[in-house]
Amino acid sequence: MGISLDNISKSYKGFKAIQNISFEVKPGELFGIIGPDGAGKTTLFRILTTLLVADSGTASVAGMDVVKDYIGIRKSVGYMPGKFSLYQDLTVEENLQFFATIFGTTLEENYDLIKDIYEQIEPFKTRRAGKLSGGMKQKLALCCALIHKPKVLFLDEPTTGVDPVSRKEFWDMLKRLQEKEITILVSTPYMDEAALCDRVALMQDGQLLEIDSPKHIVQKYPKAVYEIGAKERHKLIQVLRDFPNLYSVYPFGEFVHYTDKRTDLEIPELENYLKSKGLSEIYIGLTEPTIEDVFMELARK
Amino acid sequence: MKRFIGFVRKEFYHIYRDKRSLFILFGMPIAQILLFGFAITNEINKVEIAILDHAKDATTIEIIHKMASSKYFSINRYLDAESQVEGVFKQGKIKAVINFEKDFGEKLIKEGQSTIQVIADATDPNTANSITNYIQAIIQQYNQSINNNQAGSSQVFMQTHMAFNPEIKSVFMFVPGVMTIILMLVSAMMTSISITREKELGTMEILLVSPLKPFQVVLGKVVPYILLSIINAIIIVLLSIFIFKMPVQGSLILLGLESVLFIITSLSLGILISTIAETQQTAMMISLMGLMLPVILLSGFIFPISSMPLPLQLISNTIPAKWFIIIIKGIMLKGVGIAFIWKETAILIGMTLFFMGVSIYKYKIRLE
Repeated sequence: MGISLDNISKSYKGFKAIQNISFEVKPGELFGIIGPDGAGKTTLFRILTTLLVADSGTASVAGMDVVKDYIGIRKSVGYMPGKFSLYQDLTVEENLQFFATIFGTTLEENYDLIKDIYEQIEPFKTRRAGKLSGGMKQKLALCCALIHKPKVLFLDEPTTGVDPVSRKEFWDMLKRLQEKEITILVSTPYMDEAALCDRVALMQDGQLLEIDSPKHIVQKYPKAVYEIGAKERHKLIQVLRDFPNLYSVYPFGEFVHYTDKRTDLEIPELENYLKSKGLSEIYIGLTEPTIEDVFMELARK
Repeated sequence: MKRFIGFVRKEFYHIYRDKRSLFILFGMPIAQILLFGFAITNEINKVEIAILDHAKDATTIEIIHKMASSKYFSINRYLDAESQVEGVFKQGKIKAVINFEKDFGEKLIKEGQSTIQVIADATDPNTANSITNYIQAIIQQYNQSINNNQAGSSQVFMQTHMAFNPEIKSVFMFVPGVMTIILMLVSAMMTSISITREKELGTMEILLVSPLKPFQVVLGKVVPYILLSIINAIIIVLLSIFIFKMPVQGSLILLGLESVLFIITSLSLGILISTIAETQQTAMMISLMGLMLPVILLSGFIFPISSMPLPLQLISNTIPAKWFIIIIKGIMLKGVGIAFIWKETAILIGMTLFFMGVSIYKYKIRLE
């Protein structure tokens, strides 16, 4: 009763939005689609939520075909589009009640499902949805998508534009929903959120790069990653790019992540090179690869 | 059904909370009716006329006095000859010339009748029409007064001449036209905007991914506007009866039913527009350009259809407003029953079914 896609492709006026996408999401799984803007995540979601018809390939959600049985799917899934799509001129409570009515249920009937989330926005229930903060809006939208106890939940970039604290809360909520046997497909451009999913699909330019659990994905990473810091951060990247044995370098938080062509990099050698180029307060250390490192590596190919 | 009521309730929240659409809904009809109404009544206030009196006897002086003392006319100047008439009209200030025939008073007594010629500047046909109507009324009053005082039946006849536009036939009545425009505006424009708003804000995406069927969404959008349009129609009729003393000769029930029919026609047009337009802006532009302009220009509201060139006359047949204006003019002014307007009614019903059919055919159950 999960989701399955078989060779799904879709293009808009010659532009290939997604190409030959195939994967399975197991029932009860929290599955992440990770990729930058323009990777084709939203197109994929729209095909699965029956809003678009793929040019080729087949897909099914909760055992129903997305084209033939679109009515069945529309009754049994919850969908939260990327753009905030509730009625801004309706209050929190009115929005919830509206979605409860059109799904033929009531707020009380499935209250246990949304209780945790709703309690956080309840103090604002008479406020218009348009006047809520970003995090609150997403919580309300999640409530509305859950109100009819869907079998499968589609969340398209639910944490984009949300502050870090609310993002964390949001993911905690998803973890709790998973315990209630709801299959969740979530997309995000934030690599750090990938680690919170059971499995992830890395996506770029309409193609799948990799599908696996976040743990396996980083384990497969073939190179040692060094994190390097220096007082002159911008110059640091420039200088590293001129280093003859460089394989890749890119900024990562307050450091840069560096990989070497060779497998036996000597840290003092690199340190001396940086010093000779006039950098100070140099820090070099070995670090665990992250999903982002994997993504950058896959995107290179 | 519960779903449907929930949807309609939501629609009312939108309308009630959006001050702009509330204003369009109720402010515009009232403002338009009052504007049109008072603009018309003001026009026949102290209109400047000229007198061409060939008789200059007691009777003509009495009639001229009656005109001058009414609040409708003020006498600007006296002319000496017909040749001056065109000249004064060209100056533009004088809107009508009253021409008394020679030996006016004598003829009235001896032959029992004499004639006044009213030459009106019909470059502005509406004013010209009103002017002749008012002069007619003054002359009728005069006829009554002389016949009451004396035995026998003397009559002053009036002969009108519409200078520059002798063809003018239709009596301009603004109420049917304004009512048509407002019902069209509220029904077609507001529905198309409110449906495209859901598309624009992305809420249509959620509505599509819900058990609501597309026709329920559309019907849910339409029902509130049917109710509001009916209220609007009632306001317009009440305003025209009580403020402008407009007579409604025919059956009010028939008028009501025909109005509901026209409201539904407009709503189906609105739905059709919303299946084409993706944004509120486009929906508004299509409604304004595609509906309002033809309604104003080609429906016979302002310009008589009979004086249009043939191609435009043919095009005017495709405009629902034309048929509705014929229907309500018939009911309000002539007092006719359904027997005289069944054909127009049938055409409106046919158009409505056509628009609905195309909308259903074009309605998207998906995003593209």
